[in-house]
Amino acid sequence: MKKVMMGNHALSYGAMLARSQVIAAYPITPQTQVVELLSEMCASKALDAKFIKVESEHSAMAACLGASLAGARTFTATSAQGLALMHELLHWASGGRQPVVMGNINRAMAPGWSIWTDQNDSLSQRDTGWLQFYCASNQEVVDTVIQAFKISERFMIPSMVILDAFALSHTYEVVELPDQDKVDAYLPKFNPPFRLTPKEPHAFNALTSPDHYFELRYKLQKDMEKVPAAIEETGKEYEKAFGRYLGQVEEYHCDDADFVFVTSGTAGYTARVAVDELRKQGIKAGNLRMKVFRPFPFAKVREALAKVPKAAVVDRNCSYGHHGIFYQEIKSALYGEAKAPALFGYITGLGGRDITVEMFREIAKDTLSKPRPSEEIGWIGVKR
Amino acid sequence: MKKFKPTKKIVFASEKEMPMTPMSLGSMLYNLTGAWRNIKPVIDKAACIQCGICWKYCPDTSIYIEDEFPVIDYDYCKGCGICAEECPSKCIAMVEEEK
Amino acid sequence: MSAETKKKTMKLTLPEEELMSPGHLACQGCGATMAMRYMLKGLGQKTIVCIPACCWAVIDGPFPHSSLGIPIFHCAFEAAASTASGVKAGLEMVGDNETTVLAWAGDGGTFDIGLQALSGAAERNDDIIYVCYDNEAYMNTGIQRSSATPYGAWTTTTPVKHFKNRPKKDIVAIMAAHRIPYIATASVAYPEDLVKKAKKAKETRGTKFLHIWAPCPTGWKSRPEDTVKLARMVVQNGIFPLYEIENGETYKMTIKVAEKKPITDYVRLQGRFRHLKEDDLKVMQDEVDRKWASLQKKLI
Repeated sequence: MKKVMMGNHALSYGAMLARSQVIAAYPITPQTQVVELLSEMCASKALDAKFIKVESEHSAMAACLGASLAGARTFTATSAQGLALMHELLHWASGGRQPVVMGNINRAMAPGWSIWTDQNDSLSQRDTGWLQFYCASNQEVVDTVIQAFKISERFMIPSMVILDAFALSHTYEVVELPDQDKVDAYLPKFNPPFRLTPKEPHAFNALTSPDHYFELRYKLQKDMEKVPAAIEETGKEYEKAFGRYLGQVEEYHCDDADFVFVTSGTAGYTARVAVDELRKQGIKAGNLRMKVFRPFPFAKVREALAKVPKAAVVDRNCSYGHHGIFYQEIKSALYGEAKAPALFGYITGLGGRDITVEMFREIAKDTLSKPRPSEEIGWIGVKR
Repeated sequence: MKKFKPTKKIVFASEKEMPMTPMSLGSMLYNLTGAWRNIKPVIDKAACIQCGICWKYCPDTSIYIEDEFPVIDYDYCKGCGICAEECPSKCIAMVEEEK
Repeated sequence: MSAETKKKTMKLTLPEEELMSPGHLACQGCGATMAMRYMLKGLGQKTIVCIPACCWAVIDGPFPHSSLGIPIFHCAFEAAASTASGVKAGLEMVGDNETTVLAWAGDGGTFDIGLQALSGAAERNDDIIYVCYDNEAYMNTGIQRSSATPYGAWTTTTPVKHFKNRPKKDIVAIMAAHRIPYIATASVAYPEDLVKKAKKAKETRGTKFLHIWAPCPTGWKSRPEDTVKLARMVVQNGIFPLYEIENGETYKMTIKVAEKKPITDYVRLQGRFRHLKEDDLKVMQDEVDRKWASLQKKLI
């Protein structure tokens, strides 16, 4: 079924089609429509789920963890300040190996108050042990939520499905909604390897001494390392069932490119327009869109970038005192690689400043004019 | 009512033996807290009125009933002395532990 | 007279089933441990407990061991109530409508850091039992003051020269203001009363709140053998009357006190009050009397 919907509703439909059983959420702009639609779905029984209307994001995630450990498939959504308030519980989720799926609308962190997009909220949660998927279309949002549940539940690691505030959250697009029976076949009922039940009483998350903690975290990382292959595998399975492939990265004209933009989120589609324009002018540009940030798609990034002489990483975030975060990570992934491009890093669009085609042109011009990469941050669009 | 049987402490040789999440796989009965004790309760059975108050108030579940009389479980009794203090017939003496 | 000629059977006043095994890590004479033992005697095995950071996070024992015969979710400090709400919803969605969900927090996790989540769950009237076992300070971290610490008490953050000069927060009044179906106070010196309240809470739908008085010899600088005595004295001197509140309005005393005793004997048994002078004791006594009088007006 085709339906025109906003990105936030795409999250709700994804959670519905995945047959989420417990949803606990707290409203925050620009996430509100996600939970509004889900509460309507619960009220009208379109979705057989319990919606816990908690009093904070901290409680939202705590309730999700309670429900998940009781054996229910669990979903929530938040943004920025809400995600930051949840931070402690994000560690509880991954450390407790609880496959909660959460939508996060990328919004800039206060102060000053901002409701507009950038990625510092989700990237600040980089080391919490969550899978992170960055979406660029509403179709991708629906599809990614369903696939995230599948991967999360296989490895018992939580997932964050991330979309840009307004640029996607409030933008209406046509979405092909997968058939429920096909989704059910792709994503069987949640059947965790452990749960809270008086029939088999276990104490979860107790005091863990230095004798054991290290091994538990080692196991988390070892399972994380299995996820990239599983994303490919479940992605192909998804393609077979629904005709759309979900992978770790999306290449656009990378094969013969002289240089590529490396992007994430909706900026990736703006970059494509720029690529098309540049190619018309005879400049062989390309775009590598990062769809997965955790676990980091080392192999895919190396493979894609081995083909090109130059790459410009465009970050809508900043690790203050260092550089753009995607830039840092891609650079470290390429370190020591025999075939790696000259890498340039640009920061733009913080706090919801639009990222335009014109900006990509500026980035292309700058990258192509420089013979050697530099450590310097390329600031695009800042008034100085 | 039976005495609790001490169990073996679970020890993992490597991460492969461990669950993926910190979850309990056995009880604390391996932990013989009787070793904490400095003074121990001794029940004078002859003076005991079988009221069950010592059993009732034991914070360490270390008094059980056998043949209708309370018995101190010295494997676990920490020697807090609540039983002696609360005993209405004053038939429990706290005596120094000999080690 | 030989033992055999005495009465033949013991009449135990509590259910025999022990869901808390020995080997746990509580200090000698721990009131919090007694509270758990009684609570589980009242609730039975079909119970899941959510325990935030508090003494009980340690008492139960470290991974991979536990001293309780029921499932435990050791959860975040401020999240006992919200975690329990989630567990209840999750259980219902997987077809378990029977299991009792219990949140089990100390006074810090209830009066202070967990109050928001507790208020949220109570306002939603989620079907959980929330127990605060109150030992009147952050005992697990080494005796720091909480908002449950009474006037006059020494703690490591209220040294004797600057002892706590504000009264204990009235958590029961806060919970009553939420008009939840059932609230009760209980003391480990009155286990039969406690078990009865646990059972009543189990049979009541919606949010239930139990405030359990649990002396802490380590933090109160009292003798371990005095735990029950102290827990009895607070009932008899009116510091901690035992009563129930239904729907936030109907107050009923469950342990009647014939003659309210002065607080002096209770105070003198504890090192945490040793520095107090007569004037300070009067402040304490006045506060107890004020609260007692206010409670009498509410009783049916």
